[in-house]
Amino acid sequence: MVTLYEHISYNKKKSVLLIGIFFVIIGVLGYAFGLYFGDAFIGLALAIVISTLMALVSFYSGDKIILRMSHAVPADKRKYPHLVNTVEGLAIAAGIPKPKIYVIEDSAINAFATGRDSQHSSITVTTGAIKRLKRDELEGVIAHEMAHIRNYDIRMMMFVVILVGIIALLSDIFLRSMIYGRGKSNRRQSGLIGVIIILIGLILAVLSPLIAQLIKLAVSRKREFLADADGALLSRNPQGLANALKKIRDDKEPLVEAANKATAHLFIENPLRTFKGRINGLFSTHPDINERIKRLKSF
Amino acid sequence: MANVFLWIIVGVLAVVVLYVVITFNSLIMLRNRVENAWSQIDVQLKRRYDLIPNLVNTVKGYMKHEKGVLTEVTRMRAKLVSGTMGEKAKASDAISNALKTIFAVSERYPKLQASENFKMLQEELAGTESKIAFARQFYNDNVMVLNNRIQQFPSNVIAGMLNFKEKEFFKSTEAEKKQVKVEF
Repeated sequence: MVTLYEHISYNKKKSVLLIGIFFVIIGVLGYAFGLYFGDAFIGLALAIVISTLMALVSFYSGDKIILRMSHAVPADKRKYPHLVNTVEGLAIAAGIPKPKIYVIEDSAINAFATGRDSQHSSITVTTGAIKRLKRDELEGVIAHEMAHIRNYDIRMMMFVVILVGIIALLSDIFLRSMIYGRGKSNRRQSGLIGVIIILIGLILAVLSPLIAQLIKLAVSRKREFLADADGALLSRNPQGLANALKKIRDDKEPLVEAANKATAHLFIENPLRTFKGRINGLFSTHPDINERIKRLKSF
Repeated sequence: MANVFLWIIVGVLAVVVLYVVITFNSLIMLRNRVENAWSQIDVQLKRRYDLIPNLVNTVKGYMKHEKGVLTEVTRMRAKLVSGTMGEKAKASDAISNALKTIFAVSERYPKLQASENFKMLQEELAGTESKIAFARQFYNDNVMVLNNRIQQFPSNVIAGMLNFKEKEFFKSTEAEKKQVKVEF
């Protein structure tokens, strides 16, 4: 049995480890880049400066970036009194300050929490969830998010989104520039720069699956099960979340428009899932929904 | 040889002192946590105290036949802010029940149900109601942790020496609950 405090310190350690890995990857890239320009150490120094900046940015404003990416807007208490009351209530139950509340205009039912600690956290809910979930179902969903906040999952997951997202983005850019650059490569990229771009592209292309694996490791399925269990303990009503998950499972349009591969694992249930079934296997960030419902019912 | 004994005694003393200090500090922390949790309940009870007159004013024009439940709510309301913890808990439960009745009865009055003011009050009171339940849950959990420390050996020795008192759970007994009848 893992206590809450062990879980918190585990999450903090893993966040540091993640930053370390990020530094190494960017460092290697910077070194390779510098090597071709004649001075490897300038490249390395540049990489260190860049990755330090990125790490600081993601720690202090990662949540804002994520909220912006997801088109989340602050929830108005007068427009969504029910949502605000539910979040306030569960914050009391969890013994943490009230998180900021945001909504995403989307008919799908989904939600996520982000932030660096319980003093700087936010919960985002789709308008579909507010409209279509009953009071106790919404409460179950919010309780699950509150559990993520309380045990520092949010810090860990925020780092994953921003840092791993940056690497994935770089890899994407280079791969694209390789593909589109090919036709003109005789003219434009005949020199050293062409070779460098291709080389970096190749390195990142090789790294990409590894990065995906890293995401999966970091957001291990255990985390979702744990948040389900902690949430049930907070709301004292596992049935609420179980029913909410059932509604999400049977939803004809579970796709959240503003979600993407980088943010998918933040959500309570995979927002990229199409109705027919499994999303692409590489990014299977969530445990089987039926298994989650089954476990909740057994509490 | 005497030196070794001296060091052993010093070592044991140091461990004991350290234990006392750590236990004392954790007891203080737990007690503060309980007091903070209690103030959370109090804030919500106060909030409900403030909302009830609005509700009564809004519904009394509609509910001609249910005056009893309204006077009951008003009567119990006074006990929410004054009185011992047990009395507050009892009053709080009584009001919860009475509010449930009022909202159930309100379904017979479509005009009342349509009123924006009533809808707002209903949401606010339902929200406050669940916040009270959560605050109570948090408080009782913390009281249990504190009481365990005060009762369990060896921390009970230190708690006894330093005069830490067990805290009272926020609850009303089932028997008391049943005595409160809401008539209308």
